[in-house]
Amino acid sequence: MKGQVVLVSRLAARDLRRRPVEALMVLLVIAAAATTLTVALALSGVTNQPYQQTRLATAGPDVIAVEGGVGGPGPAQPVSSAQLAATASLTTAPGVTAHSGPYPTVYSVIRLRGHTVDVVAEGRDRAPASVDQPKVTQGGWIRPGAVVIERGFADALGVHVGDNVRLGGRSFRVAGIAVTAAVPPYPSSLCHIICPFPVPTRTLGRGGGVPNMGLVWLTRSAVAGLAGSGNIAYLLNLKLANPAQAPAFVAQHPGTFTWQSIQSAINALIGIEQVALAFGGWLIGLLALAGLGVLVGRRMTEQSKRVGLLKAVGATPMTVAGVLLFEHIALALAAAAVGLVAGSLIAPLLTGTGAGLVGTPGAPSISVSTVIIIAVIALAVATVSSVVPAIRAARTSTVSALADAPRVPPRRPMLTAVSARLPVPLLLALRQLSRRPRRALLNAISIAVTVTGLVAILASHAHIPIANLTISNLKVDRFNELTVIITVMLVILAAVNTTFIARATAADGRFSSALERALGATAGQVTAGLSMAALLPALPGAIIGIPLGIEVYHLLASGTPLTVPPAWQLAGVFLATLLAVTVLTAIPSRLGARRPPARILQTE
Amino acid sequence: MTSAVMTSTRPVLRASGLCKTFGSGAAVVRAVDGVDLDVATGETVAIMGPSGCGKSTLLHLLGGLERPSAGAIDLAGDPVNGISERALAHLRRTAVGFVFQGFYLMDELTAIENVELPGLLAGRSPRAARARARELLEQVGLADRTGFLPSALSGGQRQRVAIARALINRPMIVLADEPTGNLDSTATVEVLRLFESLHESGQTLVIVTHDQRVAATADRLISMRDGVFVDEMRMTGGSRGNLGKLIGLEGE
Repeated sequence: MKGQVVLVSRLAARDLRRRPVEALMVLLVIAAAATTLTVALALSGVTNQPYQQTRLATAGPDVIAVEGGVGGPGPAQPVSSAQLAATASLTTAPGVTAHSGPYPTVYSVIRLRGHTVDVVAEGRDRAPASVDQPKVTQGGWIRPGAVVIERGFADALGVHVGDNVRLGGRSFRVAGIAVTAAVPPYPSSLCHIICPFPVPTRTLGRGGGVPNMGLVWLTRSAVAGLAGSGNIAYLLNLKLANPAQAPAFVAQHPGTFTWQSIQSAINALIGIEQVALAFGGWLIGLLALAGLGVLVGRRMTEQSKRVGLLKAVGATPMTVAGVLLFEHIALALAAAAVGLVAGSLIAPLLTGTGAGLVGTPGAPSISVSTVIIIAVIALAVATVSSVVPAIRAARTSTVSALADAPRVPPRRPMLTAVSARLPVPLLLALRQLSRRPRRALLNAISIAVTVTGLVAILASHAHIPIANLTISNLKVDRFNELTVIITVMLVILAAVNTTFIARATAADGRFSSALERALGATAGQVTAGLSMAALLPALPGAIIGIPLGIEVYHLLASGTPLTVPPAWQLAGVFLATLLAVTVLTAIPSRLGARRPPARILQTE
Repeated sequence: MTSAVMTSTRPVLRASGLCKTFGSGAAVVRAVDGVDLDVATGETVAIMGPSGCGKSTLLHLLGGLERPSAGAIDLAGDPVNGISERALAHLRRTAVGFVFQGFYLMDELTAIENVELPGLLAGRSPRAARARARELLEQVGLADRTGFLPSALSGGQRQRVAIARALINRPMIVLADEPTGNLDSTATVEVLRLFESLHESGQTLVIVTHDQRVAATADRLISMRDGVFVDEMRMTGGSRGNLGKLIGLEGE
């Protein structure tokens, strides 16, 4: 048994060394899928850590009570003293151990360098509060004529301590920059949980969504000064004896929300990334499988004689199958390792929670379960794509394997008859396709998956109300970064697959192409025929991918109306895909058609 | 030319100083080394020699499947050297027909589809190509096998299909590389009879062979060794009409 293992591993290692480029391609394909999955898994739950650190550093409240009437568009509704008294009575409710506020809060706008941005201004005392005392990370705390800006918002605005900003038409000097755990940091805002302000219609997102609002702290008197243009809402911060009981407390007291809902609002920032990554991971996994199917099938065709030799010297079918499986399993494990390292390097770029929280977001940890999941998936991909060729190799008769007799391709009388009526390149392409229908199917699937991904990304961009943004939007920036990464990976993998398919088609069609040239076809006609053999299956793939991408995004972004990207973008994806396939297949096809046909005919 | 009934002295194919080398430096192999050859219209020339002497390479050079390292080839008075790859392909599809030892039929195509393929590549209409293919298959005695796949045909039948394919575009010259090399005696006779009838119809043939019986059917026999012609012999009267007796398969 030990000898058998040593033999199989040696044969596999020799074969990998003999074909380093193909081994590298297998590694690349699996590694790309493993990287995406690693990032998706690593993102899970990473935001909890910085929020907890911020809660500790700022004595974050467990429950926040809001009194200010109903949010959304409409006339201002001043808070009555009875309403304020009712809110203040929460400080004595059972389970409440400490509180701060109620603090007056007002909706306003901040103007800076020609931009106008919505803002919530909260009036605070100069003395520190026992609950929710924002932690100043730069500069100092509020004073008359000065403003402290929430750090995520300051980052997005690009303001620094000492700058002057215009708030509600008045000039304020930036005294400091701080973080809080009582309100979700920019680009989220209080209005993402409860909106106590009558928000002007102009600030609503496309489709009536909640606008992005910054948070600033001023003195109470400054907030009262700003309130001339709108009503004042009040925020009351409560500390409970048992923070875990916050949801139960909120259920009994309308107009309140929990620290958990703030955490959820923060996590929503990354939630969209997780959905996108999971979706991208699936698409890239499918592409990897299609690419491996072509690669492994091609390797088996090339190894036919080697299989015969192994059998002739006494190797059992199990040994023959074992060599192939061992090769791909070794490559899959190496690729999983590469994917884990690459994923762990990329994930922190996506998981940074921004400046709105203190503490590190925690490098997305590559847990043991992540390693196991990635390794198992990589092994499964390698095994699934190798098992059929391995069994076929094991079952091949020794004599026919030694003779390296090519597999008789299936006969397609209808296709042959139709192709006879077409120009020579199309005739050659259709007959090439009829010899390898499964490869054509893999090609079509590969292109369909790629176009689906690209169209879904376009649909997501068409849905995000970018037109309403006036300053840098962290959420959109991150989503853009992520979709660029997924797009690049999809395109790279699709390009690799297309090149595999073109190479395999040119290599498998070497003999028939040489014969066709001997019978009078020009090298140009053969090249065009091979290119079209890749382009023809790509055409339905690209066509199917467009509605599929729109529908997939509709399913992922549940609750949103069907979003169709602009026609010019769809046409661009379609044409660019076909152009890329043409270019990528032309090179191996041309190289394949360059050798004199006589030498190919003699060696086959 | 002794077989004057069918041949003329006008060469349809002329090669002079033909060389083909492979490799470089100390490893250079001179597969064809300064060969001169004239083939007259309607003539059958057999080239014999041991394995590796360069006869197949010579045939590939004559048919434009390989480009020579040196020397010149004229086909029907037109130089073949230096012409573009496209022109060379045009030449292969219109002026030259190839018959290979391994038949080289497309496995997934029927006999008639294999025969019509060069016709389609030459731009014939599907109907015309099919009609000509049918006519040729009748001519080679396979009228009842047109719809058969190569795997359902015997070796001799496959080679006859390949010969029909070589003729579809009415080539000036047919180049056959060991056409009986993969055949048993009976199939060899079938193919030789076919070559004989082609010869009688005035078709120019160059046949590379190991087989003395095949060589005996030629008007001229050339011996080749190490890339050069070492002997040339005109076959008085050739085998025409006496093939069976000549190859010992029929009585006097």
